[in-house]
Amino acid sequence: MRPAFSVLFLTTLIGAGQGLLVALVAGQLFLVVGSGGITESGGFYAVGSALALVLLALGLLASFFHLANPQRAWRAATQWRTSWLSREVIALPAVMGMAVLYGGLHWLGWDMALMHFANGKSLDLTMAVGFVTVLACFALFLCTGMIYACVKFIREWASVWTVINYTLMGLASGFILAAAFAASSGAVVTGLFSGTALVLIIAALFGRAYSLWRNARIRPVSTLKGAIGAPHQNIRQVSQGFGGKSFNTTEFFHGASADTVRMLVVFFIAAGFIAPAALVLMGATALLWLAFAIQYVGLLAERWVFFAHGNHVQNLYYQRKA
Amino acid sequence: MANEKQLALVIDLNVCVGCHACVTSCKEWNTSGWAGPMPDQDPYGKDPNGVFFNRVQTFECGTFPNTETVHFPKSCLHCEDPPCVPVCPTGASYKRESDGIVLVDYDKCIGCKYCSWNCPYGAREFDEISGVMKKCTLCVDRIYDETLPADRRKPACVLACPSSARLFGDVKDPDSEVSKAIRDNGGYQLLPEAGTNPANHYLPRRKINANVHEDQLARADNPLSREAEPPKFGGPTIDDASQW
Repeated sequence: MRPAFSVLFLTTLIGAGQGLLVALVAGQLFLVVGSGGITESGGFYAVGSALALVLLALGLLASFFHLANPQRAWRAATQWRTSWLSREVIALPAVMGMAVLYGGLHWLGWDMALMHFANGKSLDLTMAVGFVTVLACFALFLCTGMIYACVKFIREWASVWTVINYTLMGLASGFILAAAFAASSGAVVTGLFSGTALVLIIAALFGRAYSLWRNARIRPVSTLKGAIGAPHQNIRQVSQGFGGKSFNTTEFFHGASADTVRMLVVFFIAAGFIAPAALVLMGATALLWLAFAIQYVGLLAERWVFFAHGNHVQNLYYQRKA
Repeated sequence: MANEKQLALVIDLNVCVGCHACVTSCKEWNTSGWAGPMPDQDPYGKDPNGVFFNRVQTFECGTFPNTETVHFPKSCLHCEDPPCVPVCPTGASYKRESDGIVLVDYDKCIGCKYCSWNCPYGAREFDEISGVMKKCTLCVDRIYDETLPADRRKPACVLACPSSARLFGDVKDPDSEVSKAIRDNGGYQLLPEAGTNPANHYLPRRKINANVHEDQLARADNPLSREAEPPKFGGPTIDDASQW
């Protein structure tokens, strides 16, 4: 498949935004449950949510560049009963709305206790809204992953690992950003964020490595025999019917050499996983920001390779010009 | 959703000569019709690109010297379970209940191309100029046009085919020309494992062999061979009885 840059930016930016929101809520829960009265200021969560909102909004903006008729984009919310793409179109603004609500309530300090527990702890309004925010984030991860995983004619994508990896990489990216942001704010949850980030980077690396291994071994289900229905063992295309280009020869082929793709695999493993893990381990504030930036570039390369590795069934019909 | 009626093409690969008349007539009719335009970019230049609803491809089967050439016209198969329809986020891609034709509503299409990812046949082609997805309509603007003579209410490709390799009709009607052709000539669907249940069918290449044995070539009791010695039998025969 041809990598669409709008989609590369969309998925990586919203992944980081969702990961950051999940990290903030996890940090709040950690402090509520685990500590003796230590809390972060409402401003910390509000600024963090604003940062996530900016990433989500940039992702949404990038997605419009994927559409040829963006003025009708509102229609894309109508078919949520059948289309994962439509569900994502609903889930993304929902997550943005929850980010506004979560950050806004923290900013305004509207934090009445909704429920008291026997151990003296309470469920506060912001925490409850935070839980809903996390649910919305995971719903969006599911929608984004399923957009690709439900395309059964690209076997490299049609796997539960597509959803798992999109989620893990988004979370890893968001937790690194959360760690950098917390370290800059001098928050006590910095250690929690960077530690979790490290675990998520390693988990995402294993998930992605597994999908690379799976894709390298994948056997096509469909062959030319079934594509044209000729009962022959040995079929070659002589002509695809035209000498120029068509949508079928541009949208479904990435056009880069196999060496370029291999080089980018090495690059994204180094920049998207190993380098950020090392930088997070070192732990200085500037290094955490650097880790996020390097990992973001690495994840862009990862997404490019994800597209390039996708081999569509229709390519059987477009093997030879003339 | 099973349609009562399902219009479709049946394409006889035994007859198709790969002349591309269906390709050009399709483009001619549809680029100025309801489904048009079908724009080209750089059509007379070095690197032409353009929208077609129908392509004729050529494949070589077998190993030399025992090869055969298959010309293979390819267009939207108007699947009975079209995977391109439910994935459309706007509802622009739809299948008509009345006759099973799969169409795109250009006024709703946002040009996300997601439907084309979900078609295993590569039947949809994106129009970069209008920014909407386009595809074969089975000439929906021809086949119901009552201003045309009844025998001309067929898709442009079917009318253009000089060898009558393309048949058009309702595959759900067991008495239709297409249903009979599928039944009698081993009509099949493309990529059955895709689970799309295509309405268009293809008829296979067929070689007609008469199995003639050597002893059938010469007739032992040919009545014209009177000069030959009549067979000798020991006793009276039926011939003896009938010749008095």
